[in-house]
Amino acid sequence: MRPILTTALAAALLGTTVARADDTAPVTHEPTRKECGECHMAFQPAFLPARSWTAMMAGLADHFGEDASLPEDTARSIRDYLTANAGDRVSGKLARKYMRWVAPDGAPQRITENPAFVKEHRFRDEVWKLPQVGAKSNCPACHKQAELGLYDDD
Amino acid sequence: MLLRGIVVFTVGVCLFGGIAAAEPARDAILADYLNQARQADPGFTAFSAERGEALFKARHAHNPDVPSCTTCHTEDPTRQGRHYKTGRAIEPVAVSRNPERFTDATEVEKRFSRDCKNVLGRLCTAVEKGDYVTFMMSR
Ligand code: HEC
Ligand code: HEC
Ligand code: HEC
Repeated sequence: MRPILTTALAAALLGTTVARADDTAPVTHEPTRKECGECHMAFQPAFLPARSWTAMMAGLADHFGEDASLPEDTARSIRDYLTANAGDRVSGKLARKYMRWVAPDGAPQRITENPAFVKEHRFRDEVWKLPQVGAKSNCPACHKQAELGLYDDD
Repeated sequence: MLLRGIVVFTVGVCLFGGIAAAEPARDAILADYLNQARQADPGFTAFSAERGEALFKARHAHNPDVPSCTTCHTEDPTRQGRHYKTGRAIEPVAVSRNPERFTDATEVEKRFSRDCKNVLGRLCTAVEKGDYVTFMMSR
């Protein structure tokens, strides 16, 4: 309950920022926030097409080399949320920007390899290796409001 | 269900204060591990914080990326940890710093099975889990 309140509050405070072009809806589905937010932040579904989420949710036992498996009913509910809000199912500039690079039948598993991401993140290797960053997937290290779906924060 | 859980939990926290309300759940988890340990070995007496510390700090050959629990939880359980690969912060695992630790049985079991498989290449035994929780309660 608290995260939703926080989100609503932040949205009210930030006003216009929420409607800005490159932002995306925050993750509101509690099981997704919890289970997919343990090892990294819970990424917003709009960054990948529904096919990608379906494939990822079918292979959680070996998820980028780690075991992220979940009870079947939890996994199903997360998959339903992610696919219903996937980049090829919702409108919005960010979703369109990322989906443009996905082949019609492609199911990429990485957000950070999408050319839309690569173009915005051409940093020297030292930047990625900074102790407070550590990995490309550590969005909140640089985008303080990444969990709220706000990336336009420079 | 979830909502009701939150309401019950919130009421619990209001009545007893966060720390006190959290303890019965942790005791129940430990009691369960003790039962399992005694089923495997009727002579088993008690968990040990020293053995828990040894498990926490040991280095294993199974997975060179994650040789130890400390790879993500750091050598000092009262400090904030970090997922070695994603950089995600992990809240301290010592109960003194984080009273909510080891109070959600499903969460605890889920993480023990994932993390033990990842580091040791096998599931942890009930004794190892009880020792680990006992060590974290002493910190
Ligand atoms: C046990 C830890 C763990 C859990 C739980 C977990 N992940 Fe991951 N995930 C990882 C790791 C490790 C990586 C690889 C990170 C890297 O290489 O930077 C990753 C990467 C990803 C990526 C690609 C990030 C990129 O580089 O673009 C996505 C998308 C993802 N996870 C989605 C999920 C979803 C959805 C869930 C929930 C069902 C989930 N993860 C749960 C550990 C986890
Ligand atoms: C090392 C720091 C760093 C990390 C880690 C990082 N970003 Fe960025 N990101 C930036 C910077 C700097 C920009 C450029 C900001 C700008 O030009 O508006 C940017 C731009 C963006 C933009 C475009 C925003 C806009 O309005 O132009 C998006 C979307 C974005 N990042 C998403 C992500 C996601 C998703 C992740 C995690 C998977 C991530 N970033 C990880 C630093 C980072
Ligand atoms: C790859 C990184 C990583 C390693 C290595 C690791 N853990 Fe974890 N552990 C996590 C993450 C992420 C969480 C979930 C986030 C949290 O609980 O704050 C977690 C949580 C836990 C929890 C749940 C505690 C609770 O209060 O619910 C237990 C138990 C645990 N780990 C035990 C271990 C043990 C035992 C080892 C060594 C055998 C270990 N971990 C090694 C990343 C790791």
